[in-house]
Formats: sequence, C-alpha cells, structure tokens
Amino acid sequence: MNGAFPDADPVIRTRRLSKRFGRRQAVREVDLTVPRGAVFGFLGPNGSGKTTTIRMLLGLATPTSGTISLLGEPMPQAALRVLPRVGALVEGPAFYPYLSGRANLVRLDAADRTSDPRTRARRVEEALERVGLARAARLAVHAYSLGMKQRLGIAGALAAERELLVLDEPTNGLDPQGTREVRHLVASLAGAGLTVFVSSHLLSEVEQVCTHAAVMSNGRLVAQGTLDELRGTAAGRVVVHTRDTEAAGRVLARLGLSPMPDGTGTVRATTGPHTPPPEDIVSALVTSGVGVRGFSVEGTSLEERFVQLTGEGFDIA
Amino acid sequence: MPERTARAGGMLASELHLLFRRRRTWALFAALAAVPVLIGLAVRVSTGPPRGRGPAFLDQVAGNGVFLAVVGLLVSVPLFLPLTVAVVAGDSIAGEASQGTLRYLLTAPVSRAGLLLVKYAVIVVFCAAAVLVLAGTGVLVGLVLFGVQPAVLLSGDTLGLGASYARIALIAAHVAVSLLGLGAIGLFLSTLSDVPVGVMAAIAVLAVAAQIAGSLPQLDWLHPWLFTEHWTGFVDLLRQPVLWDSFVDNAVLQAGYVLVFGALAYGRFATKDVLS
Repeated sequence: MNGAFPDADPVIRTRRLSKRFGRRQAVREVDLTVPRGAVFGFLGPNGSGKTTTIRMLLGLATPTSGTISLLGEPMPQAALRVLPRVGALVEGPAFYPYLSGRANLVRLDAADRTSDPRTRARRVEEALERVGLARAARLAVHAYSLGMKQRLGIAGALAAERELLVLDEPTNGLDPQGTREVRHLVASLAGAGLTVFVSSHLLSEVEQVCTHAAVMSNGRLVAQGTLDELRGTAAGRVVVHTRDTEAAGRVLARLGLSPMPDGTGTVRATTGPHTPPPEDIVSALVTSGVGVRGFSVEGTSLEERFVQLTGEGFDIA
Repeated sequence: MPERTARAGGMLASELHLLFRRRRTWALFAALAAVPVLIGLAVRVSTGPPRGRGPAFLDQVAGNGVFLAVVGLLVSVPLFLPLTVAVVAGDSIAGEASQGTLRYLLTAPVSRAGLLLVKYAVIVVFCAAAVLVLAGTGVLVGLVLFGVQPAVLLSGDTLGLGASYARIALIAAHVAVSLLGLGAIGLFLSTLSDVPVGVMAAIAVLAVAAQIAGSLPQLDWLHPWLFTEHWTGFVDLLRQPVLWDSFVDNAVLQAGYVLVFGALAYGRFATKDVLS
C-alpha cells in the first residue's frame, strides 16, 4: 500500500479517526497512512471532511474517537513537541492586516518557543524569497492580493526547518500562473526530502505533483495509495474497430465482457479483474474471423476513477 | 531552563510590541488622556475662587493642580477605563479567532495555557499603561494649569508635594488593580466567541451592571462579591494615616476573580475545537 516507501515509518497515520459535530458526522473512521517522502494528495469535494481531518491532525480539533500519530507521536497530546517540525496552511491564510508580511511571519515564529531567535530574521527572509514575496515583505498585509496572502501563508510554513508540510487548498485564489508556481514549489520541496500533504478539490493539481493520493467522500476515506495503484484498481476499457460489430460483440461476450456496439464500427467493453489479457482478446477475435481494423486498451483516467469513488465530478481548473 | 524562559518571553515581547504599535491602543490612550485635559480646561475657564458647588474634588482642583489627576481617575473609573479594558480583553482571543490567526498561533505551536497567559499579561500591561496615561496626564495638566502646592487632605492634614505624588501613584495602583478582575472576565468571555465586538460589548455591559447592582441597597448581600465594589474606594488612600482596608480588600477580591475566571478560561479554551 505504501508503494515507493514501504519500509519507512509513516509520517501520518490515523486509526478509525472520527469527528462528530452535534448530529453531523464530519469524519467517519478514517485510516490514513502517509509514507515519509511522499507528496500526498488529499482529495475530495468541498465538504467531504478534508479540512476537519487536517484540523484534527494539527491538534486544532479533538477527535471524537480514533487515534492520530504525527511524525511518530500521538496527537493532540504531543502537539508542542511535533508541531515545530510541521509547517501548515489551514483553510486559507490569515494574518494581522495592519502588520507587514515580514512582521506577521516574525510574530508567528516568535510564538514558537522552540524557534531560534538568532536565526529568525534570516529564516523569514529566505522563506519570503522562496515564495517570491521579498519585495512586498514591507507592505502591510491588507494591501496584499489573495494570491500574495496565499504565498505568505506558504512562506510561514517554510520559515523553519520542517519534516512535514500540510497545505490545505494551497492554490485557492491563485491565478493560473500562481498555481503553476505553487506546483513547482511543492515539487521542489518534495525533492528536498520533505513530506508534503496537500489537500485539494482540484484533481489536476494533485495528479501533476503527487506520488500518492487519498480520496474523501462524505467523511469517509474511500481510497488511498500511489497514483498508479489508484488508477490500477480502476476498470479500463477495450475498444475494437471493426465492420463486424455483431461478431466482435459475440466474441467479447464469450470472454466475459459486456460489449457495447455504438453502430459506427466500434465496440467498447469495460474490463474487469477477470478480463483476459488484451493479446488473448485480439487472438480470440481474429480466430473467430472478425476483421479487426483497430484495437486499443484505454486505462481509466484518475478523474473517472474519482467520479466513481465520490459520485461527484471534480472541478477541472 | 533559562533559554526556554527567554524564548517564552519572546512571545510576550512580540505581543506587547503588537499592542503598542496598534493605532487602536493609542486612540484609547488619547481618549483617556483627554479626560483630565477637558476637566482641567473646564475648571480653569469656569472658576474664579471656589464657589462651593459641585463635587468637593472639583473645587479643590482649582486651588491645587495636584488633585486633577485624582479627579481624572475618579471620573474615568465607572465607564471610560472599563470600556478600554473591554476593547483589549474582548479582542484577546476572539479577535485572533475571527481573523483566523488563532489557528496559526496554535500550530506555531503555542500551548493553549501559554497563549492565555500571554494574552492576560498583555491585558495587565494595558491596564497599567492606561491608568498611567490617565494619571500622568492629570499630573502634567494640573501642574501647567493650576500650579501645585502642598495638599490639604479630607482629614485636615497637609501633605508635602512628594507625598502628594506618592498618594497619586498609590491611587493609580489601586485603580489598575481594580481592572484586573474585569480583564480576567473579559479573557474568559473572549474564549467563548469568534465575534470580538460582541465580547467587548458584553464586558462593558457587565462592568456597568455590576456597578448598578452595587448601588442597590436591596442587594447588600451581593456587594462584597462584586468586582466593582472597591473601584472608587481609593478615597481612603487620601486619608492621614492611609486607610489600607479598601486597597487590600480590593486586591484580594481582584485576585479571586483572576483565579476563578482564569480557570474558567483555561477550562473552556484548553479543549475547545478551533474551527475559525
């Protein structure tokens, strides 16, 4: 299940994590495993329980039941020991509007009693540099655009030595250029050995940078694993181009598939776990005398997979 | 660990820095400073020799500027000072919550108890600073408008100038201590809500309501427990020798409020889900 990092201790592991607000069950029995070094996409439509899960991971909300281990320590009990090593952007950036971007980061860093005041100025400067805000650092935050605030939030998450970054919807409010920059930033951070846990309701974001993903729907975790694993468990399709659509249909049906001729010389059939390999299908077609003009196997895109899992479409930005 | 303490102090220093660079804080100070200025000007413009009307203190101001600071404090204690404390205390946690900065402080991380302590320390510093501004302006304006001379007390004794200013400092201390209970109540209320303005209003209403309750003889039994009970009790500090009862009773009462509402604030905040 852990794909590329099977042996490392997971950075995040939850067991039957649940959260109830009054009568609303926001998160139900979530077993999440985020391996070290992963870029982990946390997907789900708005309102599926992603942010509530993140709030529990960071100790902002207490689970109704279930356990959380963050960097190997129990949360929320170990929050003061663990959180200095975790950079977080939770549900949008938030700052003192009348303070400059730099002063805001300095204030947050000063609040962390494990941070070193001697290196504070330098670390904040480097983080601002990294997100491209060095020149706007002296401006009061109320003069910032939403995109600048978003980047300032990421800078805050980067201002200290971290092992894990938790980024909740980091590209909300960013223009396409800003989105690309964040994606590059995430990729470069992952290259430097950080584990990045990034939530999004935008599939395209996750698909481009992530090694792993999990999908939430209605408070439940409905799938998780490497992207290949997620694609792999999905049903694919074989497509046969032929003039003998009827004959082709009969052969496919004999092989256990459910062919759907579309009347224009193409037969499609959804594959399942018991479908014979493609080469056997072709040879069966040919030996049955079907004139095959073209044959292809189509994998399911992640998007189709997620629509299957969540019963909802994703916004494709 | 001394280094740890130094760093915990780092957050307090940073929050105090924040308090004193906010325009709002200085607007509150300016409003407070205006009180003795306005009283001083009004008395200066309107009086010749004392006419024996109005509060005894006001008459004395005209003759001796030393009393202006005392009058300024006396006038501000029922409403102006509690209002300014309400603004700062009400904003302490609720303001962070409404801005969303609370979740970033807590994931920085700051312990919840630590955050309450720092926020309360900021409230205490603000109370002291507000009273200092009020008393300080009173002393200066009194000096400029009326000049100063040895003060004649209620008891008929005469105090030298140095002793007079020492008494003013003592009264200022009494007033500052008086506000600590209200500050603790405010901190507690601030943990209940994400709407700072509502909390500020609630604190101000409480301060006024407690004073009204304190003025009703039917509620005699309640009076010793009201945090406003000794707010104007500093007149005893103008006697010769000083009557300490009111000062000490007040300090004990305020300490009780700080403990009770500090505990309530912690009880509420320590396990609260931060969803703002």
